Amino acid sequence: MSRALKHSSLEQKNVPMRVVFYLLIGLFTLICLMPFLLMITSSFMDEHEIITEGYKLIPKSWSTAAYSYLLANPKKLVNAYKVTILITVVGTAVGLLLMSMTGYVLNRKDFKYRNAIAFFIYFTTLFSGGLVPKYLLYVKYLNLKDSIVSLILPGMLSAWSIFLMRNFMKSIPDSLYESANIDGAGDFRIYWQIFMPLAVPSLATVGLFTALGYWNEWYNAMLFITSSDKFPLQYYLQKVVNQTSVSKYINQGLTIDTASLPNQSIKMAVAVVATGPVVLFYPFVQRYFVSGLTIGSVKG
Amino acid sequence: MGRRAKTAADPLPARKRSGLLHEIKKHYVLFLMVLPAIVYFIVFCYIPMPGVYIAFVNYNIGKGIFGSPFVGLKNFSFLIRTGKLWLITKNTLLYNLVFLALGNFFQIAFAIMLSEIACKPYKRVTQSVILLPNFISYVIVGVFAFNMFNYDYGFINSLLVSAGQARHAFYMDEGIWKYIIVAFKLWHDTGYGMIVYLAVITGMDQEIYEAAKIDGATEFQRIRYLTIPMLKSTFVMLFVFGLGGVLNGSFDLFYNLIGNNSVLFPQTDIIDTFVTRSLTGQFNFSQSAAVGFYQSLFGLILVLSINTIVRKVDPENALF
Repeated sequence: MSRALKHSSLEQKNVPMRVVFYLLIGLFTLICLMPFLLMITSSFMDEHEIITEGYKLIPKSWSTAAYSYLLANPKKLVNAYKVTILITVVGTAVGLLLMSMTGYVLNRKDFKYRNAIAFFIYFTTLFSGGLVPKYLLYVKYLNLKDSIVSLILPGMLSAWSIFLMRNFMKSIPDSLYESANIDGAGDFRIYWQIFMPLAVPSLATVGLFTALGYWNEWYNAMLFITSSDKFPLQYYLQKVVNQTSVSKYINQGLTIDTASLPNQSIKMAVAVVATGPVVLFYPFVQRYFVSGLTIGSVKG
Repeated sequence: MGRRAKTAADPLPARKRSGLLHEIKKHYVLFLMVLPAIVYFIVFCYIPMPGVYIAFVNYNIGKGIFGSPFVGLKNFSFLIRTGKLWLITKNTLLYNLVFLALGNFFQIAFAIMLSEIACKPYKRVTQSVILLPNFISYVIVGVFAFNMFNYDYGFINSLLVSAGQARHAFYMDEGIWKYIIVAFKLWHDTGYGMIVYLAVITGMDQEIYEAAKIDGATEFQRIRYLTIPMLKSTFVMLFVFGLGGVLNGSFDLFYNLIGNNSVLFPQTDIIDTFVTRSLTGQFNFSQSAAVGFYQSLFGLILVLSINTIVRKVDPENALF
């Protein structure tokens, strides 16, 4: 990249073109940010202003009523957070362990059936039984209707992540395995003590993608979960936003006067609270995502 | 690549016993390590496959899949007769083609522009922000849409009212949603593709650029005659394999923006939303399965034929 900079500084400059590039990129960046800003300012708006004039980017008056209301009635929101954190942690941990083991075995060149198993996994991305057989499997045969397990199992292993893992492992020299083998280390020990420490960047990438999938989970909740205390965060948010009055999903008792509820700003406040962690973590983990995107697209 | 390593690791290549049992005995630890994944894919992917049979029966929960009366292609002919199958297929294809064409155009355009930005902090910040929407769930995108387009409180309507205009009922106007859907799709996905193309641009051979510079090429000529042609093969690959998926996809986007608002269905109902709705709303298992099977089957045929063509034209890039 430094070379690219050097040569462009020697080159005759096309100033108008550069200005256009800077402006277009800046404009698109603002468009990318705009919905977030609108959501945040809307959550801090006075309910009366929303009802009379609508959501605004720059409100006339600011209010923290929505957040104080959520703080006073945190139980259901906290519960949704707990469900999401539980499925994210358990699903990502188990998924990473199984996917890294599979990736390791698929990369072991002395393992005769590695190509057959790779195809066996790959084929699932080409053809599927569709939604109905999947639904019946979970509900009728595995009895997982309204069980949190039905939120963890579907996203736990992905063929894409397994192949990403295997491709990362390919970059670890085979000689490491061979010398460990001569030293008498068993297959699992070689995986756990030699390959895993070297595969930390790839574990981070695959782990983050898996965790993000769980964090954003709502679809399986829509299919399988019926009791509201098992709603994950995103599904809970979807429910809250689609209600005219949010009281059903916020209030813990019946003591609160629902007429004074800041319904519309609460919807946005719940959205802010649900998006917050992703946006806050994002700058720190971005490079792992980027390496996953580029590697995943070059070799799928 | 496998053959070379095999001789190195196999201690007794002379003994030609290589049956499954022998292999299991030799590598039982490796088999145990890969076993959970195999079981997972058998249970959650392979066992449901024969379940496509539901598409050919009149499904009755009490009687089970294989006990329900066989009706042949009746579920399919019903969907064809009502025009439903054609409508959702058409919508799915059109949306995905627009997503592919416009998406790639935006991704390439922003990748090229970003690669020309010399100011590093500006480049870093804008690149990060443009990629951010990719990590936001479509539930949040649905909230954004509500935030902007709601009749009573939406941001756009609040602008219209303050400008003295009448409110617009976005959620009743089926014609406008195709633009909103495409806009949100571009908003969400541009960053992802941009990073991919940007990686290709930064990985290009810098000496060609140096040579062009010595020959007196302008910045514009460099982009037009060097960068764009070099992105062509990546674009063709992404586009061609994108075509393999034109029958699937973007369920999250459509469901969260449209939901169960049937006013908007004629222009926004796609295969995946129809399948999910007939399962969760109407509990019409057989019809839902019929559409799902149709989608899986034609998707498979599409991917296989595209891969066959790619293998003939450019074997390096074939998937398998």
